[in-house]
Amino acid sequence: MAGGLSLVPMMNFRLIETKYLIDISGLSALAYIRERPEEIEIGASQTQADVLTWPKLVKSVPLLSLAMPHIGHFQTRSRGTVCGSIAHADPSSELPLCLATLGGSVVLQSERASRVVQAEEFQIGMLATARQPDEMVTSVRFPVRKPGTGYAFAEMAQRHGDFAVCAVAAVVSGTAVRLGVGGVADKPTVREWPALAHAEIEDALNDFAWDLGGSDDIQASAVYRRDLVRRLGRRVIEEARKCSS
Amino acid sequence: MLELKADERHQITFTLDGREVRGFAEPRMLLSDFLRYELGRSEVHVGCEQGVCGSCTVLLEGKLARSCLTFAVQASGRRVETVRSLSPIEGKLNDLQESFRRHHGLQCGYCTPGILVSSEAFLRDNARPSEPEVREMLSGHICRCTGYAGMVDAILETAQQRATAISS
Repeated sequence: MAGGLSLVPMMNFRLIETKYLIDISGLSALAYIRERPEEIEIGASQTQADVLTWPKLVKSVPLLSLAMPHIGHFQTRSRGTVCGSIAHADPSSELPLCLATLGGSVVLQSERASRVVQAEEFQIGMLATARQPDEMVTSVRFPVRKPGTGYAFAEMAQRHGDFAVCAVAAVVSGTAVRLGVGGVADKPTVREWPALAHAEIEDALNDFAWDLGGSDDIQASAVYRRDLVRRLGRRVIEEARKCSS
Repeated sequence: MLELKADERHQITFTLDGREVRGFAEPRMLLSDFLRYELGRSEVHVGCEQGVCGSCTVLLEGKLARSCLTFAVQASGRRVETVRSLSPIEGKLNDLQESFRRHHGLQCGYCTPGILVSSEAFLRDNARPSEPEVREMLSGHICRCTGYAGMVDAILETAQQRATAISS
């Protein structure tokens, strides 16, 4: 447990019971943001608020600076951690979506060894990841901004800070369009097109929206979710394209 | 590493609103329950017990925390502040609280302690917030009486008064 923002509500509801609970929120050795040439690495006890107020965030990982204000609230980002959100693997969470869309990775550590798992292999479903029972997420790595590339993020929620009904993130460069969608399938899903001419966007997004296979739930219908993928998808792709030039 | 057993009551000591307090808690006990039932601090209100409503918000080591999502043992050796920390004198309101009263920023008052703690922490980080920023901050709380308008006015007014006080 780091911030406990996801785990403790489930414990309060008696949805889960733990045999052991280890609090890592006080481990200052894991509260860091490390800059490398190609990526930044965020340690397991670094809070969302500390990342969001990091002065270099906008230049270094612009997608995070766009998406993170949507995570919960001012009052929860102060305790919630970046790694905790990714380890929790909620299909509608912003951080797993950003990690998947940017093609980042997760560092897992056990007594046996340490390994690095790519985002697309880490989250395998709803609240399910490739982490083994004896492993913990010690850090996550987000690729830094590349020149000539634009980033955009948008989401629809019942109110600010709620779970996203649909969240989208786009990365657009001269040679590729990448779109990640959260809140629809059982995990954030990314599709990449070599290039997408203006006239092709509509068909491409429609295909993607249907392939995601969203379902009806208390928050929204599948029809509405497909429409959000098409509309928000187009908006972020066009926004990211503008930022790329 | 401090190891605690599930069924045992552990003594915990921490600083609450500037004073050292102590009590006993099983590891499973929430900080909100500890503050209310072990220490009698009924100003910590409990609404949803799932971190959504914000009534139980306190400061833990100067950072906002939902006390219903924090275990009492996690506060051990640390600094906890409730709405009582806002005013140095018992029975006297600080400028933000006075402003809430003036602008009708509360009705039943259930959500108010948490909102005041949050607003004070927010103003510490954002001395001159815009109205949308205040509204976004307030989205971390649920108030079913007021519609938030009075709170927004009260927070913006306090920010302005404090800025004027500093510049003059």
